[in-house]
Amino acid sequence: MTLPSRTLPGAATYDPQSAKARPTRLPLGVTLSSLFLLLVSIALAIPFWLTHYDPLVGDVTLGLQAPSAAHWFGTDRLGRDVFARVVYGARYSLLIGLAGMLISLIAGTLLGLVAGMKNRWLDEVASRLFDVLSAFPSVLLALLVIALIGPGMMNVAVAIGIAGIPKFGRLVRSQTQLVREADYVRHAVLYGRSSARVFITHLLPNVLVAIPVIATIDIGSSIIAVSGLSFLGLGPQPPTPEWGVMLAEGRDVLRVAWWPSVFPGIAITLTVISFTVLGSYWQRRFEGRNPA
Amino acid sequence: MWRNLLVRLGSSVLVLWLSVSAAFIALHSLPGKIADILAGDNEYPGLREAIAAEWGLDKSLPEQYLDFVGRLLHGDLGTSYVMRQSVGSVLQSQLWPTVQLALAAGVIAAAFAIAVALLTAGRSALGRKIASTLELVLTSTPVFWIGILLLMLFSFHWRFFPVSGAGGWNALVLPAITLALPTAGILAQVLREAMEKTLEQPFVTTVRARGLSETRVRSAHVLRHALLPIVTLGGWLVGGLLGGAVITEKVFGRPGLGTVTLNAITSQDVPVVLAVVLLAAFIYVVISTLLDIAYLFIDPRLRTQ
Amino acid sequence: MSTPLVDIEDLSIRFPGVRHGAPLVRGLSLQIRPGECVALVGESGSGKSLTARSLLGLAGDGAEVAAKRLLIDGRDALAFNKNDWRQVRGRFAGLVMQDALVSLDPLRNIGQETGEVLRAHRLLDNGKAVDQRVLEALAQVGIPDPEWRASQYAHQLSGGLRQRALIAAAIAAGPRLIIADEPTTALDVTVQRQVIAVLAERVAQGAGLLIISHDLNLVAQIADRVYVMHHGEVVDAGSVHQVLTQPRHPYTRQLLAASPSADSRGTRLSTARVSPAADALAPLRIEREPLPARPLHSAAEPVLQVVGISKSYRRRGFGRGKAPFQALGSTSFTLNRGEVLGIVGESGSGKTTCANIVLGLLEPDAGSVQLLGQPWSHIPEAQRRPWRRQMQYIPQDPLSSFDPRYSVLQIIAENLDAGGEPRDRAGVLLGQVGLDASYLDRHPRSLSGGQRQRVAIARALAAQPALIICDEPVSALDVYVQAQVLDLISELLASHGIALLFISHDLEVIRHISDRVLVFHQGQVVEHGAVEALFAAPQHPYTRQLLATPA
Repeated sequence: MTLPSRTLPGAATYDPQSAKARPTRLPLGVTLSSLFLLLVSIALAIPFWLTHYDPLVGDVTLGLQAPSAAHWFGTDRLGRDVFARVVYGARYSLLIGLAGMLISLIAGTLLGLVAGMKNRWLDEVASRLFDVLSAFPSVLLALLVIALIGPGMMNVAVAIGIAGIPKFGRLVRSQTQLVREADYVRHAVLYGRSSARVFITHLLPNVLVAIPVIATIDIGSSIIAVSGLSFLGLGPQPPTPEWGVMLAEGRDVLRVAWWPSVFPGIAITLTVISFTVLGSYWQRRFEGRNPA
Repeated sequence: MWRNLLVRLGSSVLVLWLSVSAAFIALHSLPGKIADILAGDNEYPGLREAIAAEWGLDKSLPEQYLDFVGRLLHGDLGTSYVMRQSVGSVLQSQLWPTVQLALAAGVIAAAFAIAVALLTAGRSALGRKIASTLELVLTSTPVFWIGILLLMLFSFHWRFFPVSGAGGWNALVLPAITLALPTAGILAQVLREAMEKTLEQPFVTTVRARGLSETRVRSAHVLRHALLPIVTLGGWLVGGLLGGAVITEKVFGRPGLGTVTLNAITSQDVPVVLAVVLLAAFIYVVISTLLDIAYLFIDPRLRTQ
Repeated sequence: MSTPLVDIEDLSIRFPGVRHGAPLVRGLSLQIRPGECVALVGESGSGKSLTARSLLGLAGDGAEVAAKRLLIDGRDALAFNKNDWRQVRGRFAGLVMQDALVSLDPLRNIGQETGEVLRAHRLLDNGKAVDQRVLEALAQVGIPDPEWRASQYAHQLSGGLRQRALIAAAIAAGPRLIIADEPTTALDVTVQRQVIAVLAERVAQGAGLLIISHDLNLVAQIADRVYVMHHGEVVDAGSVHQVLTQPRHPYTRQLLAASPSADSRGTRLSTARVSPAADALAPLRIEREPLPARPLHSAAEPVLQVVGISKSYRRRGFGRGKAPFQALGSTSFTLNRGEVLGIVGESGSGKTTCANIVLGLLEPDAGSVQLLGQPWSHIPEAQRRPWRRQMQYIPQDPLSSFDPRYSVLQIIAENLDAGGEPRDRAGVLLGQVGLDASYLDRHPRSLSGGQRQRVAIARALAAQPALIICDEPVSALDVYVQAQVLDLISELLASHGIALLFISHDLEVIRHISDRVLVFHQGQVVEHGAVEALFAAPQHPYTRQLLATPA
């Protein structure tokens, strides 16, 4: 019997080893992340609130101007306002990332559920599928998919989606196995519940409850993957202001101008950090309620 | 234990075979004729005949499949119709720079991660906060942006390192560091969390009660336990390094598999892309298998099942 | 009078930030001399483990330890720095904790773990000498085939053997003080005695022993002096005999009074009181309140009839050629209305297999089970389902049998049949188990162990069953909470006339609550009968061994 790792509030049990505080994210981090994501949502939905410039049109004669009061992030090679492009670009990186993540989530969850149930053969088949999918490094797998179906926005989402299936699949599979072995599921038959009813009312909800948390953390890597593929020129094509595309364009003028490369990168990094921080915080609170 | 070993090996062979088959199926399930897909954008005299001959397009599908598998088993990766040479020769020259990059990055990442984890696990709260924030930033930053930033600072601004090319060690430094950083972030995080989790285990109290110094407690006992999840991650990390190398090569203009693959995609050279992907899968499976076998040796609880 | 190994006066331990800095241990004084066994007894949270760890400087990060006097091996431990503590650990004092499976490094073999203290302190010159000493230590604790065992890992040894290995690792450097923190928890009773014997042998050889436990009866086997701890303070101290028969502090008295035994049959445990002693030598007298009488059933109405059930398994892996492993040999018994049938057995005895067959979770190879005259075994689950409500289950760990998302109301309501307002009916059931309706919206996570068990009982009652199977329902509870839950169960028996199949490893609990008892050993019922008669005069050698209580 091991010592319980979490004690009840007010319980008398004292384990000196748990007296050390675990490193927790400052709630400050969570607040900041939420605010930033709020900003991003505004950029997604109503970008014209944040900027009056047109992201696709610029005056070439005003090209490559350093950040100033008029152009907060400066202008790029074609004279377009970089800040406007970053704001309008939010929807591409985010929505494609979200689409990719959703594809992985749905396919992975279905396969994971099937794999986690009692049938050993289905488990073997699904697990081998996960093995095969994860045998290809996700970037390369995405490259292969794009090679076969061509570049483009939705194709990038599909590519990332397929590459991400094993992550969700394995998670859902182990969660399903865990829940299946839990007393409240195994003993449900003693209370006269039919297997179907147990599956729907106990097993499924307790398996699925972990997913939104993982999804939130995963959007981050999805966004990075999208911008990566776009950087390589395989996603949305110029003049679309997707952040990865902007970084590719910025790379070309790096010798003379730093701002077209720095600001889109900051945007990606901050967005991913925010999702990760929120997701981790959510996960810690969730674990606190459901110790494994 | 030997039974476990055999099962693991068998499983790996199975995965390799399934990967190859999956690639074949993917190729053949696309809309359009396979000959057109393989030809891509190209058209020159003798192309169609060469394709038909190599891929056996007049034979039945199962026969084509067997031919495909057979060719791979012989190490024949096919022919690139765009470059009009065997894929093998195309890759051969470009393989080493990529492997060099991935290895260098891997070593840097591992050293960084072990140092951070050993210094901060279970010690001052401030150190831990700094470390975990650093890890968060590293894993949230796209690798190509790190590359661009480093390029900007060290190549353009301060001119320490060359901007592009493959010449010698100088040109390896920035790309290797770039590729290493996100991986280092993940490794450090996993290692540190594993160490902290291990430090809470009852057996650590027993070991301390024997009068060992804190350093020995960590190095002789805790580290081994903390390495276990790393071993599990190993294959995935290698795959990530290879994939990241592709992107990093683009940023730094370094020759290697990445450049080859990207060119192949733009020129619709399917055999090359296919070969690169299968090669990566092969490397992944080999390394994962070796690591899983190592795991069996490290953790005696798995030996007697 | 030799110098004490440990001399403590007025020890206090606190952690800033925990309980607002209030001391977790306060005013503790004790001494341990060579060849003496001192026991610290108390419930979880009483501070006993913390006290023991502080003797090794392992109270935990940030611990503030203060005392009028804290002498370890004659030296002032309050002035110790890290190096001084490292000298104490392993050389002067060895630590034995509970559950060797997690207290030994699973990645190192027994030999390495045992020899580590020698290498850490450079006590011997070369590797060979270390190996020699390791084998000696393993032999000293009674491990047969030490050369072979030294190359094995903790998970490959049985519970008793690996606990001995843990002791060997602690004594390899010949420490003069052994600190044993719950060294026998989770072991079977007979194995517990063996481990205690090993420790007793060490004491006989001149070591001092500090043993920590929640089980007063266990330490009675070995301790010279007992300190009873409650909320961080020593409330009672003296020889074992003194504390057991003349407890001074109300807490100790209540503890003894609330302990189930043969004498407490038919009485309430939670309200039992120790009456003032007539004189110093008189045995303990406890005043008890009788429980409401159970309804008499004129004729025995069988609720459960088990005839000739057995179960065996094919061996997997090694030993495949041998005969199949028989988990349960032909077993028969009957349970009548309003009766309590106790089931006693150690791990591997077959009692779990039997319980699973009765519950319908497992099909017997042969034999049959009948519930209320209806066939129960060898029929599809769908046919059993309408009768499921008649047989309910109370598990050892109620929390894991509750859906993590459910509130108390949802848990109970799930077991109610259709009709009526669930909230009202659940409220009534909670009342029957002694909880008020405000608990309905609470979550089991926020409840104590005893409260959770009550919710589990309420859930079982919701189905209005004829029979409840209780699987170690009070084993994880502290003595007083256990008393309350046992009283509750007894009261419900009286008011509802439910039959009970009560599985427990705790003989005293069985003795208190059962009418008849079945003793399982190695897959067979080796003895059965009315509980009093059986406990007074056990016939089977195994039962005798089980019941052997040293004076």
